[in-house]
Amino acid sequence: MATLEIRDLHVSVDTENGPKQILRGVDLTIAGGQTHAIMGPNGSGKSTLAYSIAGHPKYNVTSGTVTLDGEDVLDMSVDERARAGLFLAMQYPVEVPGVSVANFLRTAKTAIDGEAPKLRTWVKDVNKALADLDMDADFGTRNVNEGFSGGEKKRHEIVQLELLNPKVAILDETDSGLDIDALRIVSEGVNRFAGQGDKGVLLITHYTRILRYIKPDFVHVFVDGRVAEEGGPELAEELEANGYERFLKAGAK
Amino acid sequence: MSSSDTLVATGNKAHSHGPGSPVPLQARSERPTSYDVADFAVPNGREEEWRFTPVRQLKALFEDAAGTETPKVDASGPEGVVFETVAADSLKVGKPQDRSAAVAWNHAGDAFAVRIPVEAELTEPVHVNVASLGARGFSHLIIESGRHSKAIVIIDHSGSGELGSNVEIVVGDGSDLRVVSIQQGDHESIHLGQHDAVVGRDAKLHHVAVTLGGKIVRIGTNVRYAGPGGDAELLGVYFAEGGQHHENRLFVDHEATNCKSNVLYKGALAGDHARSVWIGDVLIRAAAEGTDTFELNRNLVLTDGARADSVPNLEIETGEIEGAGHASATGRFDDEQLFYLQARGIPEDAARRLVVSGFFNDIIGKIGVPEVTEHLHEVIEEKLARAAELSTSAKAVIGQ
Ligand SMILES: Nc1ncnc2c1ncn2[C@@H]1O[C@H](COP(=O)(O)OP(=O)(O)O)[C@@H](O)[C@H]1O
Ligand SMILES: [Mg+2]
Repeated sequence: MATLEIRDLHVSVDTENGPKQILRGVDLTIAGGQTHAIMGPNGSGKSTLAYSIAGHPKYNVTSGTVTLDGEDVLDMSVDERARAGLFLAMQYPVEVPGVSVANFLRTAKTAIDGEAPKLRTWVKDVNKALADLDMDADFGTRNVNEGFSGGEKKRHEIVQLELLNPKVAILDETDSGLDIDALRIVSEGVNRFAGQGDKGVLLITHYTRILRYIKPDFVHVFVDGRVAEEGGPELAEELEANGYERFLKAGAK
Repeated sequence: MSSSDTLVATGNKAHSHGPGSPVPLQARSERPTSYDVADFAVPNGREEEWRFTPVRQLKALFEDAAGTETPKVDASGPEGVVFETVAADSLKVGKPQDRSAAVAWNHAGDAFAVRIPVEAELTEPVHVNVASLGARGFSHLIIESGRHSKAIVIIDHSGSGELGSNVEIVVGDGSDLRVVSIQQGDHESIHLGQHDAVVGRDAKLHHVAVTLGGKIVRIGTNVRYAGPGGDAELLGVYFAEGGQHHENRLFVDHEATNCKSNVLYKGALAGDHARSVWIGDVLIRAAAEGTDTFELNRNLVLTDGARADSVPNLEIETGEIEGAGHASATGRFDDEQLFYLQARGIPEDAARRLVVSGFFNDIIGKIGVPEVTEHLHEVIEEKLARAAELSTSAKAVIGQ
């Protein structure tokens, strides 16, 4: 069982006016088999948390620890983190001109597994993963995310999630910008992944809508760079009814 | 301007020029061309056609004197191709446009000619190797494709000397000629070359300029059309490393009707004082109705201290055209792309290679000569490996 443990994480970014503190002591433990939802208003630091775990060079960890099954994640390069079993579905997936989806997926799979996938089953796996996310097989010949619609980019992230099959998936607003059909298709993909039983999911979202399709075991309200309140699914229902008002007032004190 | 500046010249204006005096292309086409060296003053670097070039390092190729060596030219090709030595002035399709081309014209001696006979369809590429052996020398090549022939000619420039060269290309009516000119001299080599091509009626020219090595390489490629229905695809790939200057100057002169030109040049730069210059001039004269032209230059700046200049010029004198456009973009290596690939487990060096090969992917696909594209992939990998070493040692110096 994989466990991702975040302890007292402080993160800043460099700005023209010096470092700006964004995360102010995040504590979070995601054990295998659990789905955690992080909900918070815009600018509260949700993407910063996701990127910091994945190792984006823009974010400086000033204190705290992140471990995956006891291994120091912060000491790893971005690609080592992915090979250790972390996956980040990005809020804004990046276009890579001239690199085909097929080449990209095969290169990534080879890197993660340490060996090239068996050609025959691999082609089948890719086509199935694409079909499961309602993407045409000829996406394989397109360049990575280039000219994809917003929804196609998000579905492509979940295709990668299913093919690379990490230990822990962090999904940064994968639901944002999706219409209801795409939301359902993406959610089914996440549920297939989580349904394997031993996987951890950290579902970052701004809206409660996706929680109708993906049932979290824990809900964390994220305000001003830290977890302001934790609870079960009932916390999401409260947010659905009342919004972030109560937490924003608390955060502003 | 600091050495880390990257000049991003975007040419969305029909008459855009960089800093300096704008010179209409009409004037450019009337610029003196001459076989006589004395008609060109020694450039001082302020002239429109020399302002991007480090002229002070080119004295040897401006001097009106015989070479100190004769570059070694050898050629091979499949049955059917004809090689012969002919007088320099036997064709006169090209006419020197600057001093170095005039010097080369006068001191190269006879020209080496490659002829593809009428209706011959060559199954294998023709190879012409021009090696400059460490001194100052000149070469003159002529490539002629006969009516309705089809051929690929690969010119390989190598060596360590200072080379001035002229290449004259005649694309016979209805023929399909692919000329690949590879510039891959040693690190200290200098090469100034002028290519002039005349595209026959309904003929197709693919001209590919691949510059992979040399301290200073400047290739001017001029294309005109002898009749209607001609089609020129002008491709270029370059990769300048620290201290290298790679310059390409194109001039497509549309005067015949219903001709096409498509220009695509892509370059990468890595290392301190890596420099590229691309000038793309396209003139559609009043008579050139039905012209269809597009030109595009893109540059990928991989490290600090490299600089790319890109100046597209499109001048249109008739409204009766099929289409005309140009674009130019220079960008830095995108660290977000690197992060995305690494976040999928791909190690940094492999991710870098993937991004750069992606950048070159479309143009390499168009070159259409497997031995050239394989070679390109290999050399690009080597250059990226060197660039990666550079950045690792730079980090070590800063103590990271
Ligand atoms: N490079 C940066 N420079 C300055 N501020 C930044 C930078 N990156 C993020 N921020 C700020 O950090 C805060 C958190 O951003 P983010 O993590 O994207 O929030 P969320 O994903 O919750 O909307 C925001 O106020 C944002 O403006
Ligand atoms: Mg965000």
